[in-house]
Amino acid sequence: MYTASDLRKGLRIKIDGDPYVITEFNFVKPGKGQALYRCKLKNMINGNQFERTFRSVDMFEQADLQVKTMQYLYMEEEKYCFMDTTTFDQVFITEDQVGEAKNFLLENMEAEVLFFEDRPLGVTMPNSVDLVVTKADPWLKGDTVSGNTKPVTVETGYVVLVPSFIEAGEKIRIDTRSGEYLTRVKD
Amino acid sequence: MIGALRRFFLDRDYLEVETPARIPAPAPEAHIEPVPSGDWFLHPSPELCMKRLLAAGYPRIFQICRCFRQGERGDRHLPEFTMLEWYRRDIDSRELMDECEALILSVAKDLGIGETLSYAGKSIRLARPCPRLSVRDAFAAHASLSLDAAIREDRFEEILAFEVEPFLGREAPLFLHSYPIAYGSLARAERNDPSVAERFELYMAGMELANGFAELTDPVEQRRRFDEVRAEAERRGRAAPPQPERFLRALERMPEASGIALGVDRLAMILCDAATIDEVVAFPPEIL
Repeated sequence: MYTASDLRKGLRIKIDGDPYVITEFNFVKPGKGQALYRCKLKNMINGNQFERTFRSVDMFEQADLQVKTMQYLYMEEEKYCFMDTTTFDQVFITEDQVGEAKNFLLENMEAEVLFFEDRPLGVTMPNSVDLVVTKADPWLKGDTVSGNTKPVTVETGYVVLVPSFIEAGEKIRIDTRSGEYLTRVKD
Repeated sequence: MIGALRRFFLDRDYLEVETPARIPAPAPEAHIEPVPSGDWFLHPSPELCMKRLLAAGYPRIFQICRCFRQGERGDRHLPEFTMLEWYRRDIDSRELMDECEALILSVAKDLGIGETLSYAGKSIRLARPCPRLSVRDAFAAHASLSLDAAIREDRFEEILAFEVEPFLGREAPLFLHSYPIAYGSLARAERNDPSVAERFELYMAGMELANGFAELTDPVEQRRRFDEVRAEAERRGRAAPPQPERFLRALERMPEASGIALGVDRLAMILCDAATIDEVVAFPPEIL
């Protein structure tokens, strides 16, 4: 159990059965009065946010969260099937829960899946992934002005800005956190 | 700034005093958690020792010292902070408000700040007299509940902190006064209205800077208020804080006096236009 004095930004607590993360926190104490802990909370399942003020007598249950490394197998009816690489258990994760990670997911890739009491909440990709460019406008020879970029499509369907010399069939590395091109990868 | 504070008091014939930071029994207060130090405590304020000096016959005393309060950390709170506390015999809370406003104006002038001060993009006028507002009127003007309703629903502090305080002292330093007696702490009751305490707070830019009282000098009533806090601690399954017996004995001889504690770090925030208390200290606890 946590008490109000444990509250801080980033802490995950359970309220009415749902996991919440504290996104903003402030300690307020009117002169000689009791401490008030004003928190902005985000529901980790549906993303709903609200503000609530707690007092020092309030107690909180820890949100029991687990991270598992899982392999993405296939997609079925807009759901992503992941497999636990040690137990071979499979779970289906909705597109919403996969979030931005869907831009970088290829079959058989490994990613980290966050669980709350056996319910999957989200997917975190490795910080960078290597993907093959499937569609790119050809490089116009002579276009050597540095800083020129163009959009290309990679094998997941994601569109990213790359330097103009990148051509279809090449492999590039993408930062999954910012979604930006990092470098060309030579096998 | 510390120099300017000192000059103000020395010019007014105050004696600068030092009292021990480590004491056996701080004032039992419901919402102040002292930091243990061996069998004793680091003082959450120098209040009790300074009042014993008043009782011993010193008529005007001030002190600038470090105080310690467990678990207080936020944009305006540090668990170790600097307090200015001063006491003066034979004045009431109104006269102390006069002196407090003279102090703020004098320090600002000493530091070359003109008639207005800029804080968080708003200007605060520094001129006497500073506005004064009773707690009841402040609730009527700013709160979603009346003062009586807020007390009844046990939401006095919450409403004060979130609905009232942000509006206090926005144009000029403001004194909030006449607290309900239940929130009177170590203040005496008003002579003509025992339902309110002669307690006040100074606000600038929505921030509480100082807390002052006409001091309660009745040892029986003071013991009763301390016992209430101690019993409440026991009801919550915690050890009752020790009773400051020597202070209660000294109270029998304490003359009529008023006293006030001012958060020096917060005054620095106001004078430097700093948004958080971290900006005015070199070492917030997290980087130690």
